[in-house]
Amino acid sequence: MASTQGGPPAFNNAVVRWIDKRLPIFTFMHHEYGVFPTPRNFNYWWSFGGIAMVMLIIMIVTGIVLAMNYTPHIDFAHDSVQRIHRDVNHGWLVQYLHMNGASFFFIAVFIHIFRGLYYGSYKNPRELLWILGVTILLLMMATAFMGYVLPWGQMSFWGATVITNLFSAIPVIGPDIVTFLWGGFSVDNPTLNRFFSLHFVLPFVIVGVVVLHVAAMHVAGSNNPLGIDPKGPQDTLPFSPYYVTKDGFSLLAFLTIFAIFVFFAPDFFGEPDNYIKANPLVTPPHIVPEWYFLPFYAILRAVPDKLGGVLAMFGAIAVLYILPWLDTARVRSARFRPIYKWFFWVLVLDCFILGYCGANPPEGYFVPLSQVATLYYFFHFLILLPVLGKLERPLPLPNSIAESVLKKSAI
Amino acid sequence: MATSNKTASLGGHAGHGDAVTRRDFLYVATAATGAVGAAAATWPLINNLNPAADTLALASIELSLKGIEVGQSITVKWRGKPVFVRRRSPEEIAKAQADDKAALPDPETDAKRVKKDKAEWLVLIGVCTHLGCVPSGQQVGSERGEFGGWFCPCHGSHYDTSGRIRKGPAPKNLEVPDYSFLDGDVLKIG
Ligand code: HEM
Ligand code: FES
Repeated sequence: MASTQGGPPAFNNAVVRWIDKRLPIFTFMHHEYGVFPTPRNFNYWWSFGGIAMVMLIIMIVTGIVLAMNYTPHIDFAHDSVQRIHRDVNHGWLVQYLHMNGASFFFIAVFIHIFRGLYYGSYKNPRELLWILGVTILLLMMATAFMGYVLPWGQMSFWGATVITNLFSAIPVIGPDIVTFLWGGFSVDNPTLNRFFSLHFVLPFVIVGVVVLHVAAMHVAGSNNPLGIDPKGPQDTLPFSPYYVTKDGFSLLAFLTIFAIFVFFAPDFFGEPDNYIKANPLVTPPHIVPEWYFLPFYAILRAVPDKLGGVLAMFGAIAVLYILPWLDTARVRSARFRPIYKWFFWVLVLDCFILGYCGANPPEGYFVPLSQVATLYYFFHFLILLPVLGKLERPLPLPNSIAESVLKKSAI
Repeated sequence: MATSNKTASLGGHAGHGDAVTRRDFLYVATAATGAVGAAAATWPLINNLNPAADTLALASIELSLKGIEVGQSITVKWRGKPVFVRRRSPEEIAKAQADDKAALPDPETDAKRVKKDKAEWLVLIGVCTHLGCVPSGQQVGSERGEFGGWFCPCHGSHYDTSGRIRKGPAPKNLEVPDYSFLDGDVLKIG
């Protein structure tokens, strides 16, 4: 079974053989997840794709259970979530798993994305794989945004108002689009109803895109910390048992941290204002989106023009779509890019600064700080990456994964 | 039977020629019917999301202005949105009129934003034209921004005593709804 070369597997169980002959799912699983040749030098940053997948499953399972007690009506939504907390058996647990699960899903996906940025995983031949990944991020953002509206607290309501109003920046047809999105003249019951419907279905669309994402990965093969292609069996290991155990270990560590938050600090990522029922006549003095939107929110506010701000915010995602063609460097891994390596960390810092600005009111020094950070974000992708790839002299690449791994362990 | 077979095979031969045949016409007609049908079936689904008849049928509201002192404001709900009614002081009116000539992002005179001879009453939809928050400034003593009208805390838009945008990301003045004065100090909005 542990062979990396995929001949047809011999199944011992007669039922399995019978099914496999008619629908070869067992052969498929064996090839794609059993013996699938995987670079032997993965570090723990490679675990986060699998972790994100488990988080998606957790969100779907807890979400379906929540939906059985939730009422999508402006008069009852807030109370129904309170009832889930207080009266429904273990409702508090399911709700907190779902609420904190969204945060941990984003943590896993953000780490997964920055892993790709560091090791150049978006480069030829993985461009489409990367694009599917950015699409998953967009769908997640839409899903989480609409989910946050469902408990119908003050932040739910005003977050929904501000974000849907973004579309009013579109010239001419903008205001009509907003009315269309609301199904009325303000965020109201029709809006809550349609958001519930979409929040229910979008995660299953995400599942579909994840399937494509993983399928594309199985065509190109995984990238690895060295960024060079495996040359033969000596460079790879079968996915099972090696990476099943390694990913399983990371998953347990991640879920332990997740559980600590769920049980001991369940409102750490939340906003107290969301425990106040939505009031369309009073905007809370300081409205903030969920933490995972803060860098984008900072970019929106950094531009002192309505349409400009909206374009910049969507542009921050758009540059990720064209990233494979912006980065002109041939070498994938930052390990062999002495200058890019540093700029990568500057970008990470820049994103934290943007998040910090997004969490604070748009006053005083936060205004120029968020403007500088926004400019830097776009500078990194649009100017630095194309130019750096031409100027930088990469370090010599190792001959093969095996050689590099064995040399290291010999020392 | 024999005749009809013959006709069918003849028709088939004709279909292989370059000339436009009846069969080509049928193909195009079928595809067009399908496309039009699909489009016609999509529209009701899209239109389904537009405001429903009961949502559109929003009556106007009437309120009494008695008891509102000079300098005070009240907030009422209309079409799910707050409407600001402020009884402006002579200083506020003077300031608004003087600023008619200032550099305004969305130029409009104060006179255009109130009813003739009723400059005291300023009626506005209390929704920031940036991204829809409710600006503060309705209570005496609450934050009114640099121009003494309203201030939107969400992204920092300042409105003056005529509800015009003066500073910040909002592109337009606070909207003035349709309204009229009825007998006996009654205001009708909508
Ligand atoms: C991509 C996966 C998902 C994400 C990121 C997500 C995110 C969220 C978020 C952020 C909330 C607000 C929690 C709060 O602050 O109270 C929420 C609420 C909710 N979600 Fe999801 N969700 C996902 C999948 C699902 C699915 C598949 C369902 C149903 C089948 C579902 C049903 C609900 C319900 C009923 C609520 C309202 C109750 C509550 O507020 O906890 N979710 N979701
Ligand atoms: S919503 Fe008022 S400034 Fe943005």
